[in-house]
Amino acid sequence: MREAFVRALSELAADDERIVLVNGDLGFGVLNGFIDQFPSQYVNAGVAEQNMTALACGMALTGARAYTYSIGNFPTLRCLEQLRNDVCYHHCNVTVVAVGGGFSYGQLGVSHFATEDLAVMRSLPGMTVVAPSDPWQAYELTRQLHARGGPAYLRIDKGSAGVPAGEVEIGKARQVSDGADAVIFSTGAILSEALKAARALAGGGISLRVIDVHTLKPLDTDAICAAAADCGHVLTLEEHVVVGGIGSAVAEACAEAGVALKSFRRIGLGDSFPDVVGDQAYLRASYGLDAASVAASVRQAVAN
Amino acid sequence: MTDTEDLALRLRRHVVRMCSRGGSSHVGSGLSIADIIAVLYGKVLRIDPVRPDWPERDRFILSKGHAGACVYAALAERGFFDVAELDAHYRNGSKLSGHVSHKGVPGVELSTGSLGHGLGIGAGMALNLNRFGGGQRIFVLLSDGECDEGSVWEAAMFAGHHRLANLCAIIDYNKLQSLGRVSDTVNLEPFGAKWRAFGWHAVRVDGHDHDALGAAFAERADNRPTCIVADTVKGRGVSFMENEVLWHYRAPRGEEYVAAMRELGVDVMAAGDA
Repeated sequence: MREAFVRALSELAADDERIVLVNGDLGFGVLNGFIDQFPSQYVNAGVAEQNMTALACGMALTGARAYTYSIGNFPTLRCLEQLRNDVCYHHCNVTVVAVGGGFSYGQLGVSHFATEDLAVMRSLPGMTVVAPSDPWQAYELTRQLHARGGPAYLRIDKGSAGVPAGEVEIGKARQVSDGADAVIFSTGAILSEALKAARALAGGGISLRVIDVHTLKPLDTDAICAAAADCGHVLTLEEHVVVGGIGSAVAEACAEAGVALKSFRRIGLGDSFPDVVGDQAYLRASYGLDAASVAASVRQAVAN
Repeated sequence: MTDTEDLALRLRRHVVRMCSRGGSSHVGSGLSIADIIAVLYGKVLRIDPVRPDWPERDRFILSKGHAGACVYAALAERGFFDVAELDAHYRNGSKLSGHVSHKGVPGVELSTGSLGHGLGIGAGMALNLNRFGGGQRIFVLLSDGECDEGSVWEAAMFAGHHRLANLCAIIDYNKLQSLGRVSDTVNLEPFGAKWRAFGWHAVRVDGHDHDALGAAFAERADNRPTCIVADTVKGRGVSFMENEVLWHYRAPRGEEYVAAMRELGVDVMAAGDA
């Protein structure tokens, strides 16, 4: 997915000399092409995320379209105040690119799990928040974020959902599998687990509608509320804590719109840190985010 | 009295009056930087009040945002907006917040208030303007206590490495921070040597001597950023505020206001402004 981002950014940079990539000293082997091709549009801030973000802001305030780049929580939580006071309050053209959403960096441990980023980024005024499910989406949404301008957060998963390429538009949820008994809203590459669960449930006579909410902000409240009202049983799935992410966003949208639900379940991480060592698939299973757990939750919801 | 010294006096009167009328803190901080601000806005900065967004302008960032009253006053004196608007400082519904804000205030380049943000942004401005060969200079005014922030040194190391000669940091070194003396809190000395070690051209001047400040701003290294460590006195110009941490917090009211303005050459009783 990160290669798709770099490909999109390279194409944009070739046509727009305002584009600058401000790196936090990461991306070995991934950014080499960009660095070679656009030396005057690249700067390595070193291992200094506060300064990386400040540089990007200063460059944007003098006309640049800046992209900060790092992994996990480094470009978000480490420099949160720079994002809030500097980038967002000044509504700068700065896109924060975080590689490794959720458990992407599996065995590396808690420091490298981006599992609160969506909640925090979503709360910042004026920040667009995007979590693509697949490389083709990362490519398309990178281009759209550039056209949109303003502060943005692009969460890049290491994995991908495997959904075929199609139309994608910032702020528009995508239905990727039809169903009527229940609906699940998913964000990011963990969409694959929802789709796997839908296939398993279909064998047992339960049809699960799967909706990809690649843009958490601005949220497609109309599409979300319509699907929720249609299906009644509503679930959300995220590789993220259940506080403040897509589960919260969908609950807020439905409650404010007065949608009457038969049931509502957020699938995500609870109020504790993961302390098991394992790869992304292993951790998803360990913390109830895999297809089997999703299918079990849907069965339980529909049965009651 | 030179033009900039006259401007500095007017800035001090504005700062005391604004902090008194609005009931705001940080009067001592505004008085501390009045000479630095007067030399910058009166002589050094290439700016145009008619075109606050002029791309070729120099940029000034007040990284110690709590001294915003002095910058608002300088912008008003330079004609970016009406001096009468300073009366709204700190008032409900006003655009002039206690910490400097750019929203709706022409001439303010950056809103600050949380310390340690300005130098990195200034470095980004310097880097980007260099890309397009502009001759603009970027000035960032920091407080001494602000240099406790690690982000200041991230930016200092970056600017030194990239030889951002169009970047100039000024430290308002009044030796007092929030709860007491800098030397008793986290000592900054040897201060100039620190900046030099980070690749900067560093000079130390009397931050109330306009000739010395003017010379320091003119003395620009051609391949390094410049840091001017300016020795200042917090509360400078009002005897009972000088070197007193109390005036980081207290707003001059009643007789204190009258006495402070008298020291700045204004009889507010006679002027009906008490």
